[in-house]
Amino acid sequence: MQKIPILKIGKNLIVSLQFDVDDKTALQLQSDLLQTISKTGATGVIIELSALDMVDSFMGRIISDISKMSASMNANTVVAGIQPSVAITLVELGLKLEQVHTVLNIEDGIELLTKLDRQIENDDSENQ
Amino acid sequence: MNSGLKEKELLEIWVKAQIASETLREDLMSMEDLRNESILFLREFIKASSKGNLTDIGTADYKPVVTLLRKISGNRAQAGFTPSETATFVFSLKDSILGFLQAEYKSSPEILSTETIRISKLLDKLGLVTFEEYARTRDELVKDQQDSILEMSSPIILIWEKIIAVPIIGILDSKRTQLIMENCLQKIIQTGAKVCIIDVTGVAVLDTLVSTHIIKTANAIRLLGAEAVLTGIRPEVAQTVVHLGVDLSSLIPRATMADGLEYAFRKIGFQVNKR
Repeated sequence: MQKIPILKIGKNLIVSLQFDVDDKTALQLQSDLLQTISKTGATGVIIELSALDMVDSFMGRIISDISKMSASMNANTVVAGIQPSVAITLVELGLKLEQVHTVLNIEDGIELLTKLDRQIENDDSENQ
Repeated sequence: MNSGLKEKELLEIWVKAQIASETLREDLMSMEDLRNESILFLREFIKASSKGNLTDIGTADYKPVVTLLRKISGNRAQAGFTPSETATFVFSLKDSILGFLQAEYKSSPEILSTETIRISKLLDKLGLVTFEEYARTRDELVKDQQDSILEMSSPIILIWEKIIAVPIIGILDSKRTQLIMENCLQKIIQTGAKVCIIDVTGVAVLDTLVSTHIIKTANAIRLLGAEAVLTGIRPEVAQTVVHLGVDLSSLIPRATMADGLEYAFRKIGFQVNKR
C-alpha cells in the first residue's frame, strides 16, 4: 500500500493525488488527514487531483466524507484541479460534491481558503 | 499481352482514349499525373493477369491492382471528380484492351468472343471496386463536413479573462450537448475561466433530455471550480421547463447575456463604470 504525503503550508494542508488510489489507501488517507488536522490545528485542506484522469465512486464518496469530517474539526476542504474527464465521470455517477468547494488549481485554492478564514474571523469578531 | 512492346502500345491507346474522352478533367488533374497513374495501373494489371487468373479479383494476385485502384478512385473522389469521370479510368481500359484483342484474334472469332467476355467481366469487377471506393470516400467526406459544421455550430468564446460564453443556437440534441460540454470544460482548463455563461436565447425548445444535459454540464463546470450562469431563457422556455418539472437551480439564472456578463464581472472582482 502506498502512503500519500500530507504537506503543511501555513495553516493549510495540501494533499496531491498522483496515481489511481485504491480503496484501502483512500481510507488510510482519510484517517491520516484527520489526525494531521487535529495535530496541527490546520484550518484548510486542499485535495489536488490534476494528475488523475479517472475517479471511481468510492473515491468520490471519500472526498465528500473528508470534507464533512474536516468541517466538523473546523477545517474547510477545497478540491483543486479536477480534469474534464473526471468531472464528467463524477456527474454521470451522480456525485455532485455539492458541499465541497472546488477550484481550478492550488493557487485559487489557497486564495479561497484565506478568504473563508477571514470570513470566519469576521463572523467571530461580530459575535463578540 | 506479356511483351513490353505491347504494354507500351496498349498504354498509348489507353491514354489517348482517356484524353479523347469527354469526361477528361484537365482542371483537376495534369496530363502527366494521368499518364503516371495509367502506367502504374497497367503494369500491376498486366502483372496480375499474366498469372492466368482472369476471373477472381479477390485473390492475392490482384491485391496490388485493387489497392492501387482504390487509391486512385479515392483520390479522384476527394478531388471532386464525378462518378462517371472516376469510372472512365477503368472502363476506357476495357475499350482499349478490346480493340487490342480484336486486332490480335482477327482470324479466330471464337477465341475473340470468349476472350472479350472474360476481359469484360474482369474489368467490370474492377469498375465496381472503383464505384465502391468512390462512394466510401464521398461518405467519409460528408461525415467529416458534418463533424466540422457541428464543431463550428457551438463555439466557446473567451469574452474576458476568466469569463467564457457559450451561445447555443438552434436545436440541441444529445450529441451536440455532449460536444458543448466537453469543449466547455476543456476551455475552462485552458483559460482558467471562473465563470461560464451559457446563453440559450437561440434555443426554441428545452426538453427534459436537453435540460438534463445542461444541468450535468453546470455540475461538471462547478467541479472544475468555475460557475455556470444560464442566460436568455425565453418566456415560453421558462414555462415548458417548469411544466416538465426540471430543476435548474444548479445554474445561476440571469435574464440576458448583459446581466450574465455583469454578474461575471462582479464575480472576478471587476467593476464596470461609465467614464
